[in-house]
Amino acid sequence: MLRRLAGMLVVMFLVASVVFVIAHVIPGDPAAVMLGPSATAADVAALRARLGLDASLPVQYLSFMRAAAGLRLGQSIFLDQSVTAALAQRAPLTLQLTAIAAAIAVGLGVPVGVLAAVRRGSLLDQAATGLAMTAASLPSFWVGLTLIEYFAVRWHVLPVAGYGPPGAGPLAHLRYLILPAIAVGIPNSALIVRFTRASMLDVLGEDYVRTARAKGLGPGAVIMKHAFRNARTQVLTVLGLTVAGLIGGAIVTETVFGLPGIGNLVVSAVLRRDYPVIQGALLVISGAYVLINLAVDLLYAALDPRVRY
Amino acid sequence: MSGMIARAPARAAPLRELLRRLVRRRLALFGMLVLAGVLIAAAAAPWLVPYAPQRMDIVHRLAPPSAAHLLGSDEFGRDVLARCMYGARISLTIGLLVVALSGLAGTIVGITAGYVRRLDGFLMRVTDAMMAFPDILLAIALMAALGASLYDVVVALGAVYTPRVARVVRGGTLVLRELQFVEAAEALGAGDWRVMRVHLLPNLLSPLLVQCTFTFAATILTEAGLSFLGAGVPPTSPSWGNMIAGGQQYIGRADWLIFAPGLCMVATVLALQAVGDGLRDALDPRLRRLT
Repeated sequence: MLRRLAGMLVVMFLVASVVFVIAHVIPGDPAAVMLGPSATAADVAALRARLGLDASLPVQYLSFMRAAAGLRLGQSIFLDQSVTAALAQRAPLTLQLTAIAAAIAVGLGVPVGVLAAVRRGSLLDQAATGLAMTAASLPSFWVGLTLIEYFAVRWHVLPVAGYGPPGAGPLAHLRYLILPAIAVGIPNSALIVRFTRASMLDVLGEDYVRTARAKGLGPGAVIMKHAFRNARTQVLTVLGLTVAGLIGGAIVTETVFGLPGIGNLVVSAVLRRDYPVIQGALLVISGAYVLINLAVDLLYAALDPRVRY
Repeated sequence: MSGMIARAPARAAPLRELLRRLVRRRLALFGMLVLAGVLIAAAAAPWLVPYAPQRMDIVHRLAPPSAAHLLGSDEFGRDVLARCMYGARISLTIGLLVVALSGLAGTIVGITAGYVRRLDGFLMRVTDAMMAFPDILLAIALMAALGASLYDVVVALGAVYTPRVARVVRGGTLVLRELQFVEAAEALGAGDWRVMRVHLLPNLLSPLLVQCTFTFAATILTEAGLSFLGAGVPPTSPSWGNMIAGGQQYIGRADWLIFAPGLCMVATVLALQAVGDGLRDALDPRLRRLT
């Protein structure tokens, strides 16, 4: 357990270093890039001082790491807001979107994967494997646009884009999240189908499954009680890895649907070269990924008593 | 696992044997045919369609698919089919360059991590750290730092996919280094460099080839995402992502603007995945554990 935590801290430290490197491979002067060609030399110098860019690289690195450790992410250049406040304001939407998309990906991926494994080699299995490969080839932003075309523009079932009014309850917002969540969920279900199928096939070949069958247990009980219980830890692991894909999908899809989440914030920050926001978002998103995978490892131990930390 | 290595040097006309095995798999055959089609369309675009991708014809803007414009025309009256074919050029060029870059860098990092024990922990933690970012997020952040040319896209995506190649190559190296022929080479006094180059590298080509195919597929998707967000190749170039972004506002009026480039992209990526799967099974099904 302690080793796992220490490993996580090392990865977080390196993640922050990667963020620092990205922000400092900028050719030329970031302050000048940010302010554009019309800026005066004095403005550039002032921004350089404000961002601490006039210090030497090692000094900048140290102060960056110290600030990152305390989650002091600085001020946005374009928004009249601190980076922390900007991220906190937009995080709930992105979290909801990612969570619903994860539910869709699991709800779709796990049953299909289990069925494909149980009916191995059948037409159903081939269809499931083929569909999974197709789903993995779909860019979520394009799925989103296709959904808008049919569900919003042609059939008027759901809103085209945007988000409910700020005062409305969570249910009012949900309507706006359905299409984007499907767009993010479908491509990410592919990996879950493949992993569920593979781990179920492993487990179904085990002796204890044969024993359960031999003692006359019905196929449903064998699959759910004996096989799936043992395959689910692996399914959980792949879900942890899918989180990166889900967040990545959410970032792009928020732009398609005009949802004011972290993805939208990052994309506009990139287009405006708002480096403090980019840095902050990189840190928070990768931090979330690392924490979620730590949680997955802990759950793993809870589900499988053989695993100890 | 060790069997894979021992059988690898069976090299009786290896390329032809590999092709024969690939063609026998229906899915891989389908993938190769689609890829061949995309390649021909990209290479012979100027001779296959009578329109230049940038040629505007405002009178016939947003024309639905017809005999004159097989896939319709866009908001400037440009031919969508011609733009899709030139888009294939951009996607394939970026894909190949990213595969070359990440394949080279990933092989160096992976083989070093797997063979030189002292460096393994550090190199693998760095790849862990880089893989903690979603592909597209790391890519747009790098684009913010680099610029907006095709080569900046290649560098950004090359950096994003290097850690994955490195992981696969390291996994293969860890298996190989325990085998007797490596031990024999070490006993004969071969240095690290020679063992890596002469004894390890040739045996890592199979997993590397498979991983490169999947990297190619992932690159096309992420590149399209970058263009779509406006952080990829310049918006004037007819990349599939740019075309979809441009068609977004005509949704409901001119759906071919998003369906045509989107389906080109999905077909290409699907074909690459099918070929990758086929290659993995044809080279050695046990590679499934690595890639």
